[in-house]
Amino acid sequence: MSEASPAAADVVVSLTNVQVQFGGGSVRAVDTVSLDVGRGEVVALVGESGCGKTTLIRAIIGLEPLAHGSIAVEGSTVGGGRRLRALRRRVQMIFQDPSGALNPRHSIYEAVAEGLRIHKVKGHEPTLVAEALAAAGLRPPDRYLRRFPHELSGGQRQRVIIAAAMALQPALLLADEPVASLDASIRGEILALMRSFVDSRGVSIIAVTHDLGLAWNIADRVAVMYLGRIVEVGPTEEVLRSPKHPYTQALLSVVPEIEGMAQQILVGETPDPSRIPSGCRFHPRCPVVASGEADRLGFGDRCRGVDLELEPEVAAHRVACHAVAR
Amino acid sequence: MSERIPEAEATSPVIGSVPRSGRAVAWDRRRASAAGVWRGLRNDRLAMVGLVVLVLFALLAFAAPWLSDESSLSAANTGDNPIWAPPSWEFLFGTDHLGHSVAAQFLWGSRISLFVGLMATLLQIGIGSLIGLTAGFFGGWVDSVLMRLTDWFLVVPFLPLAIVLAAVLERGLWTIILVIGITSWPSTARLLRAQVLTVRQRLYVDRARSLGAGRLHLMRRHILPNVTPLILASTTLAVPISILTETTLSFLGLGDPTSTSWGGMLNSAKDNSAISGGRWWAYMPPGLGIVFVVLAVTLFGRALEEILDPRLRQR
Repeated sequence: MSEASPAAADVVVSLTNVQVQFGGGSVRAVDTVSLDVGRGEVVALVGESGCGKTTLIRAIIGLEPLAHGSIAVEGSTVGGGRRLRALRRRVQMIFQDPSGALNPRHSIYEAVAEGLRIHKVKGHEPTLVAEALAAAGLRPPDRYLRRFPHELSGGQRQRVIIAAAMALQPALLLADEPVASLDASIRGEILALMRSFVDSRGVSIIAVTHDLGLAWNIADRVAVMYLGRIVEVGPTEEVLRSPKHPYTQALLSVVPEIEGMAQQILVGETPDPSRIPSGCRFHPRCPVVASGEADRLGFGDRCRGVDLELEPEVAAHRVACHAVAR
Repeated sequence: MSERIPEAEATSPVIGSVPRSGRAVAWDRRRASAAGVWRGLRNDRLAMVGLVVLVLFALLAFAAPWLSDESSLSAANTGDNPIWAPPSWEFLFGTDHLGHSVAAQFLWGSRISLFVGLMATLLQIGIGSLIGLTAGFFGGWVDSVLMRLTDWFLVVPFLPLAIVLAAVLERGLWTIILVIGITSWPSTARLLRAQVLTVRQRLYVDRARSLGAGRLHLMRRHILPNVTPLILASTTLAVPISILTETTLSFLGLGDPTSTSWGGMLNSAKDNSAISGGRWWAYMPPGLGIVFVVLAVTLFGRALEEILDPRLRQR
């Protein structure tokens, strides 16, 4: 089932039919997601809050257990039972709220050294820590080593978390809204820093965001999620310039920077992962169905009755929509 | 920047000087945080009053063998003493119904009261911490079982349970300690479980897990350091309660008959109608001793709690 993607030869992480459930199976926060990320590739995972994008990356790093499916990192499966620590080291994560993600009792030194100690990384620890901080733009590092998180700014804290993650030389960096809690003025710096690690170390990034502008700036590919499923995926340019899925179109139509699109305000109930609609999960809010166009063209019943996943791999740009697949 | 970096060694120009080892950094941090706690206490006048009073009593208790002969408490050596003698230069706090020096009893009694208070507190905090930490950390059925047990001890009325235990077990100092210990741990267990549950939800625990941390690491590096201050604070606050409980049990005649404690002195004063007879010197010293010690520990404990408990501190 694993679908190949552009850089099939060198896939860093491969998700196959991943499902994450809460509440004993009553809520499917992530529902059958398959996605491959190539080496050095930046994928933006976009969608409104509650669509399961954060849950998906938490599942990749093992913070949420998988109900179904599997996750392979550099060819070795990590899903299911016991995870190998060495494999865990290859995937690291940075968080939306850098203040909460640092233990207030630990100095910056200890925050960065923590991962090195867990994985017993060889080398002179203080040097490794200082190098990691310097690489994350905190220079000179000895100015920061003995400080505490509350003495740093939000941007500096996020740099500390990035330094701690990158110190372990991961192949894949997961970023959960990496700049959402930061001042607009330093968002660009943090994104540039992340991008620099892609260029200098070949790390891959999956960045969760609700900000399409961020996706546009750093992502090679964009995956749009709706109610726990990827409904559209493709190269950033294609997805953002010529979105095919009605949901993506609606998302883009309300971005003020994009001109020439009629604003589509989605109506209907807000999505609830404990009550996923039958058929296409977007149909209760879909403008194509609501306007009667789907029925007029003869596929309205399929929208309401037939569940669907992303179309099979033929092009890089793929959609899960009856109107497009027709 | 003027931070002191001990034995720094210069490396490349990019990363500047680095500390000698991670251990050195951790030690600096601990020393700084201990200094911070001491500074907080120094700035709290009431805490310092409590500490001074406490140290005085501790010194008195420690020096008892040099200040007074223990044999003076034995009935065999009091034949020549007057009974119910009011305070005088010979008997600083007067004598009781058998002619014992109240001052000597007070001195030796302080040892028992402080010792029992301390040991019972350690026992209670030990049991409470173990159960609270285990329940909070493992959750699931372990949590359910331990919390039902805690609830059971919490709802059983304390005094009847303590009286039954003291009556069933052999009379003695350690029985009193045991009784206080096993009847008063549940609140500690509840407190610590709640704190562990809170810490476990913190984002930095998620980050540690995403770095690859196992259970042992989470416990050692994140959960324990965050509950230790709470343990310390509740220890100091449990000491006065333990002392009072010892007094209560001794006053009710459930104490160790072979040793004199402040509660035991009050009991014997009451039994021999010192209160109705106006012999205030028989009950005032132990009574005031208890009040001062309990007040002192409480003042100190409150201040310590304020400094150490993350929930009471805005930082």
